Amino acid sequence: MTTFETPGRPSRHVKANRKLKQRKRLGKFGLNTAAVVVFVFAVFPVYWMVSTAFKSSEQIFTTDFIPFPTDPTLDHVKRVFTEGVAGHSIWRYMLNSAIVAVGTVLIGAVFSLLAATAVARFRFRGRTSFLVLLLIVQMVPGEALLIPLFMMVRRAGLYDHLFGLIVVNIAMTLPFAIWMLRTFVAAVPKELEEAAWIDGASRFATFWKVLFPLVAPGLVATSIFSFITAWNEFVFALTLIGDQASYTMPVALRYFVSQRSVDWGGIMAASTLMTIPVIIFFLLVQRRMVSGLVAGAVKG
Amino acid sequence: MANTSTVARGGGSSLSPARGRNTTKPPRKPGRMPAWVLPYALLIPGLLVIAGLLLYPLYQMVVMSFQNVGLRQIRGVPAESVGFENYQKLFESELFWTSLRNTVVFAAVTVALTLTLGTLVGLLLHKLGKKMSTFLIVGIMAAWATPQIATAIIWRWLFDAESGVINWGLNALPDWFSSLLFGRSDWTGEPWLNDAFTIYVVLIIAVVWASFPFIAVSVLAGLKSISQELYEAARVDGASAWRIFWRITFPLLKPVFAVLVVLSIIWDFKVFTQLFVLAGGTSNREAFNLSLFAYTQAFSAPPKMGMGAAIAVVLTLILLVITFFYVRQIVKTEDVR
Repeated sequence: MTTFETPGRPSRHVKANRKLKQRKRLGKFGLNTAAVVVFVFAVFPVYWMVSTAFKSSEQIFTTDFIPFPTDPTLDHVKRVFTEGVAGHSIWRYMLNSAIVAVGTVLIGAVFSLLAATAVARFRFRGRTSFLVLLLIVQMVPGEALLIPLFMMVRRAGLYDHLFGLIVVNIAMTLPFAIWMLRTFVAAVPKELEEAAWIDGASRFATFWKVLFPLVAPGLVATSIFSFITAWNEFVFALTLIGDQASYTMPVALRYFVSQRSVDWGGIMAASTLMTIPVIIFFLLVQRRMVSGLVAGAVKG
Repeated sequence: MANTSTVARGGGSSLSPARGRNTTKPPRKPGRMPAWVLPYALLIPGLLVIAGLLLYPLYQMVVMSFQNVGLRQIRGVPAESVGFENYQKLFESELFWTSLRNTVVFAAVTVALTLTLGTLVGLLLHKLGKKMSTFLIVGIMAAWATPQIATAIIWRWLFDAESGVINWGLNALPDWFSSLLFGRSDWTGEPWLNDAFTIYVVLIIAVVWASFPFIAVSVLAGLKSISQELYEAARVDGASAWRIFWRITFPLLKPVFAVLVVLSIIWDFKVFTQLFVLAGGTSNREAFNLSLFAYTQAFSAPPKMGMGAAIAVVLTLILLVITFFYVRQIVKTEDVR
């Protein structure tokens, strides 16, 4: 700063600098505001689901805006747990959903790990064709296969059986699971396995003691993806299960809706209950899921 | 593992032989399967599932689309072939054309909105400070993680005619503003889910809400992979933000966008659950898209599985054409070889 400057009147240079800073701060303010707006748009519907579950019936059926349950009640939650839906306890449907999801994950994990190892570790004739096949079958709409799968499941005597649903869910999740898992297998250095071979370990021991522990995180990520898909699956559960005792959660939710009215408090409580495990799992693997889905494209 | 090798001996021999190219393997012990069999053996369970539960039903679907499959055939009476009758009837029915139109228009609008919003939020995430960006990611994950069925129920509730927040919000707008924008100011009791057009308005909002987070996070992942030096150089040259986006960001992210566009098209073409819930089942024929139309034909009484299959074939053909571009893009960028 020069000596000629009168206090309180900054030089042109400082003025410009301050303007730039101001603009930057304004820009930052704009960005943060935008972030808050998007945040509210994303979170509000979920918040509304949870808060409706805890509102009294009067607060639910009003034309007024009640931002949060002022007098929170557990009535709906209690009703869902004690009365259940369509003649069965809500835990029954949660259990059915869990059986389907876990069954899908366990069998799917074994199958996809084997196939992913084959594709990532070996060069063999038909490998490229298999990978392209995976991409293509991923895209065939499950809804389109619904009709033949329904006939097949019936013929196999698996209609109304959760196992039938598990089998179908495995088919729906397997192509993507293999596609995602193969990048994890490929990431394990081959030299590690070769070293174990040279030390005289059997092929199985090498796989189990060297490859498996290193691929495990990827297997967890893939499994959670399959779990979420099977847990949320609606269309197949709707068509392959007719017996109320075997309903999964998504199908059971429909029974809060009657011809005349909807039990909003109940359905929101049950939906929240169903969403909790998904959100938890999602938090665990969100980043890996993206890299699996957009696999490679990002690398450009 | 012992189990797999037995399977390999039986089933593996029918597969086309490949030469054992891997020379680093230890010499095989006598009595063991040859090395080249191993990858095929590992593939067998997966291949069986894919062939049996995806490819075979696909084939069955095509076969059934040429048959008359009703209640008696479901119970076991052999189905008779009807040639192209299902397709002929289908193309003559008005319902097919409204469903096709609904499917295509919905997908076009939704894909455009999802990608625009998703990309903008992706860019935003990239520009935000670390704390804000984490905060926003956690927020959009709530929308992303919500199960489809819950998504549909939530939006149905938000748009409820009597107690829905949306109608309340529209009423709360200043009257002059509301009249200017919509030509009306009173929304009390507006039944959004009775009319096909407004059902689709709600559906578009619900699907965009649920799917923009994935686009945003993917775009963010792409942005992070771009070297910062490129931007610095551009800024030194005095390029505007708009120019930087079109000249640097967009070209470099083109492969990502290509995949995202095709994935979104495919997802939005086959939306079922949300529409099923918003339209209240299968009674509103005006609101059908191809998936819901096929489902209704096949599973409402009397079941017309052949007709349903024909619709599914049309939908699949459309999707396979789109998939072709997807697969080409993936094969180009990823080393599938």
